[in-house]
Amino acid sequence: MHEMSLCEGMRSVIEDQARHHNVARITRVRVEIGRFAGVETKALHFAFDVVMRGSVADGAELVTLDLPGRALCYDCMKEVEIDARLDPCPLCGGGKLMPQGGDEMRIKDLEVA
Amino acid sequence: MCTVCGCSDGETKVHGHSHDHHHHDHDHGHHRHHHYHDHHHYGHGPAGTEVPGMSQERLIEIETDILSKNDRYAQANRAVLTAQGVLALNLVSSPGSGKTTLLCKTIEALGNQPLAVIEGDQQTQNDADRIRATGARAVQVNTGKGCHLDGHMVGHAMEHLALEAGSILFIENVGNLVCPAAFDLGEDAKVAILSVTEGEDKPLKYPDMFTAARLAILNKIDLAPHCDVNLDLYETNLRRVNPGIEILHLSARTGEGMAEWLAWLRTHLAEKAIQEAAQ
Repeated sequence: MHEMSLCEGMRSVIEDQARHHNVARITRVRVEIGRFAGVETKALHFAFDVVMRGSVADGAELVTLDLPGRALCYDCMKEVEIDARLDPCPLCGGGKLMPQGGDEMRIKDLEVA
Repeated sequence: MCTVCGCSDGETKVHGHSHDHHHHDHDHGHHRHHHYHDHHHYGHGPAGTEVPGMSQERLIEIETDILSKNDRYAQANRAVLTAQGVLALNLVSSPGSGKTTLLCKTIEALGNQPLAVIEGDQQTQNDADRIRATGARAVQVNTGKGCHLDGHMVGHAMEHLALEAGSILFIENVGNLVCPAAFDLGEDAKVAILSVTEGEDKPLKYPDMFTAARLAILNKIDLAPHCDVNLDLYETNLRRVNPGIEILHLSARTGEGMAEWLAWLRTHLAEKAIQEAAQ
């Protein structure tokens, strides 16, 4: 979706952290992205390289870690793991599923030069 | 410099009579009978920062949400809104679903109810002009290249509106069913507006927005007989992506369903007053 805005958010978090830890250069950024976060990984990598230019993370490697999608099935009332947003419930086949997780967009850690 | 966020000149452009800090004044004589006439423009790029010194650490664990900064602005907005018992609604939809027309009709129907509007669009202040023509206060935020409003923009717009206690704040987001879903503005609820001409599978194509919304308004219902639309299928698909969603059928043009919408607004405004009193 808005991968450019996400990267601007990342840049802001990274710069705050770099200031806080008195760090001059970040070489690797690991982010956790939920299955339902709507983030296009390729677009995120492209935007990351562009947005980080001139920052402490200029040229840093971006590593994305997938988190599973979880949803509550309104038919069997169980929390289940699903691959795609519109998949039916793997337990009862029900089609009314409310996401309970999997929309995470989180910076896990930063590797410092 | 901005007291809330420390943002400086160059990030924000505002045109308005009611002027404070870093915004540029811009006179619009043809709207002189309205008190508030603000216009914010964002065209941003990140500012570079030099950080001297180096740390011995190899890995910094931060576990921070990418949108944490936006979420902080949104929480600050929410605190201000709750303290004043203001009901804030984030209106989201595709372009052309009839958000602005619905808002104009809603404002007329609400009569003396205090309210204000924040209008988000990439360019132009056409929508804020339409809202002001009803006599309501409105601030236009232009997002420039941005595809959504964020908590920071809304916080600034709120400063310009001098919200009355117990009022309703309508935030008309940029017409876009994707990005605004992820950006909390400090609202009480997202209201998704979907016109019957858009296709029954819209909620399946863009599930995130309808999952995030508390209420879906199926708008332009007067056109339903003319476009072979299956209203039950709209409801089925909305409930498939969000089993708890409330659904109203409405036509801003004929007024059908307006009474239910106004009742929904009044119920939630009353709940907000209870929240305020409980603080």
